[in-house]
Amino acid sequence: MRSEVRFSGFGGQGIILSAVILGRAAVMYDNKYAVQTQVYGPEARGGASMSQVVIDDAEILYPKVAHPDIYIIMSQEGFEKYGAGAEDPALMLVDSSLVHSRPKCRCIEIPATQEAKQTLKKDIVANIVMLGALVAATHVVSEEALEKAILDSVPKGTEELNLKAMQLGLQLGKQP
Amino acid sequence: MTRTEFWQGNTACAEGALAAGCNFFGGYPITPSTEVAEFMAAKLPKKGGVFIQMEDEIASMASIIGASWAGSRAMTATSGPGFSLMMENIGFAAMTETPCVVVNVQRGGPSTGQPTMSAQGDMMQVRFGSHGDYAIIALCPASVQEMYELTAKAFNLADKYRVPVFLMADETVGHMREKIIIPDTVERVSRKPFVPGTPPFRATDPDLVPGFPQFGTGQHVHVTGLTHDERGYPAATNPGLHMALVKRLVDKIENARYEMADYDIINPGAEQVFVAYGGPVRTVQQVLHDRPNNDVGFLRIRTVWPFPEKALAEFRNARRFLVPEMNLGQIAREIERHVKVPVKSIPKLGGELHTPAELVEALEAKQ
Amino acid sequence: MSYEDWFRQDRLPHIYCAGCGNGTIINCTLAAVDSMGWTKEETVFVSGIGCSSRAPGYILTDSLHTTHGRALAFATGVKMANPDLHVVVFTGDGDLAAIGGNHFIHACRRNIDLTVVCMNNQIYGMTGGQGSPTTPKGCLSSTTPYGCAEIPFDLCQLATAAGANYVARWTSYHVKELEKAVKVGLETPGFSFIEALVQCPTAFGRRNKFRLVADHVEYLKVHSLLRAKRDRMLENGEHIPEDMFVVGELTRRNRPAMGVKP
Repeated sequence: MRSEVRFSGFGGQGIILSAVILGRAAVMYDNKYAVQTQVYGPEARGGASMSQVVIDDAEILYPKVAHPDIYIIMSQEGFEKYGAGAEDPALMLVDSSLVHSRPKCRCIEIPATQEAKQTLKKDIVANIVMLGALVAATHVVSEEALEKAILDSVPKGTEELNLKAMQLGLQLGKQP
Repeated sequence: MTRTEFWQGNTACAEGALAAGCNFFGGYPITPSTEVAEFMAAKLPKKGGVFIQMEDEIASMASIIGASWAGSRAMTATSGPGFSLMMENIGFAAMTETPCVVVNVQRGGPSTGQPTMSAQGDMMQVRFGSHGDYAIIALCPASVQEMYELTAKAFNLADKYRVPVFLMADETVGHMREKIIIPDTVERVSRKPFVPGTPPFRATDPDLVPGFPQFGTGQHVHVTGLTHDERGYPAATNPGLHMALVKRLVDKIENARYEMADYDIINPGAEQVFVAYGGPVRTVQQVLHDRPNNDVGFLRIRTVWPFPEKALAEFRNARRFLVPEMNLGQIAREIERHVKVPVKSIPKLGGELHTPAELVEALEAKQ
Repeated sequence: MSYEDWFRQDRLPHIYCAGCGNGTIINCTLAAVDSMGWTKEETVFVSGIGCSSRAPGYILTDSLHTTHGRALAFATGVKMANPDLHVVVFTGDGDLAAIGGNHFIHACRRNIDLTVVCMNNQIYGMTGGQGSPTTPKGCLSSTTPYGCAEIPFDLCQLATAAGANYVARWTSYHVKELEKAVKVGLETPGFSFIEALVQCPTAFGRRNKFRLVADHVEYLKVHSLLRAKRDRMLENGEHIPEDMFVVGELTRRNRPAMGVKP
């Protein structure tokens, strides 16, 4: 089954890295196919950054995201630019510490930045909290795959912090 | 053992080059190709190779030609504005039969245009952009896998035919990350050995390619961009010699068109046939996949130059060719030269890949 | 061996005009190369476009006659790919300082291990005498018919400022000094730049009151100001006439260099 995931936030939050980790988890550890694309340009240095991932069990032909099934939105500007058009049956995870708007589609509020700051004393890992929440809520990749992909991708010496962030996200994203 | 990776297209290009034995990179940073240079800057010195950032793309092209004569497998990578600057020395490489690989990750032009967006606007420039008559080889990858494989192949073709070979990628494939299977080994073709004592630019074999007299091996070869005789000596006012030289430079590539042709033919009995290369291949694949019966043909081309025109004739029932390109119909015009049925160009500018819906609409439209 | 052993006999006679100074510079350069004991196999000559750049075509080594202004970029590729090769570049004022100016300063900055001999005839000789970046103010050429209005480059100061390890200037009159300077350039790791002012009777001399070749060579001789003398004059606060140019070894240093044979 094809899943289309869109990440948006502001430059510096690790939006692109989140998308790369998700794609990597699917390809390297879940034996699936994935394509990650992103908006390049000055946005990457501030403003609204955006990256998308297509995940599929079969080879991916058309590589771009047309209608995201899942949104991960981490800034108000990102919501306005890349999330406001979301409609059912899509699902949106918003970082409720930073995004005050809500979409027309189903929405899960994850206070990722606030929790990362309070619990882990590092808001820099808010993106990993969101990834954990995403996996808990959608199972678009497995927890094991996500963990391995995170370990592959984060700077040496920050592995423990990032795994804690992932666990925090898994808790926050668990749906009743 | 093959291995799986999740790589960006530009990374795969650089890795493919290293696997093919590339040991010299001279370049100048330019979006959206810069990752190739950055990767080479990190990797080549550790492998005993040379990375050098030149002062501009004119110098980049010059440096790889110099390195090639000194025995290196040499490459550069660029995009539109830099490609325009390279044209001068691309002609020199063609004239002097210098093997080298040029990667162009195409972006929107003309001029500075759209640095971060995708395009295929340099497909005619790569064929005809330098002055005078000559021939080159241009390969178009449609996936991260092909960024790797076709880059490696480019080195072999360059060495085999002693010609600059171009990997004409686009921002779409250059920047996306996807699954890639890395092969155990990559085939390597050597340059044809030089027979000492023979005129260095005499081509006696049927392939019209002379052996390569590498610098430093005692051949005393004179290499010039002037019209030259078989010894390599300038003979710029000899009409017959000029005709024979330029004809050979073109024929050695054009005659080998089907030897190097790389394309797939899908549903040859179809009446409507897509022709695509590079990024748009992916959209066509999606359209074909989504259609219930195999009623649409597809010619997907990897070697765009020299253009494998006979492949078009394989679609014996074709009533129309549809050509989606991220330009205003550059290769559609080439196809028009070779077929009697209508050719519908499906141009798209702006930096985004055609969507499947756009191609379906074109397919269903009468005109 | 002598310098004559370095010529491609089957390419002679050359295309240079009667009275041209380039042959003198080529002979001096080859004499210096010959005195290094290098073999033809390990020596490469590279050039761009122009009269001076035809020189490699007459020399019995591997030689690369490239595009206008780009010789240094090609030479950089050759040298970096195989530092065992000795790479000597012939160029001219138009080739080096106009169309190739950017490559010139960057090759100096990299201090890449090349020896560059620039035959400065202060004009575009091959194309019939157009003004170049070193055409002196007031001089006539086909594109400065009312006298050159622009200030010329001092190529040696340019090379020094940009980072070259060795810089010297002589003229076609100073054959012994020039040969020695080229030899020092060949011996010096890093970028060596030797400027040789030469007469061009066909394109420069006839327009600028040098009816005889000897007149022009004499002019180069009497307007040469030895570096030591120039320094003394500066110390004494003496006026240096504007039509004099400094000759001699102008820069010699040992900055880190690229492409040096290990």
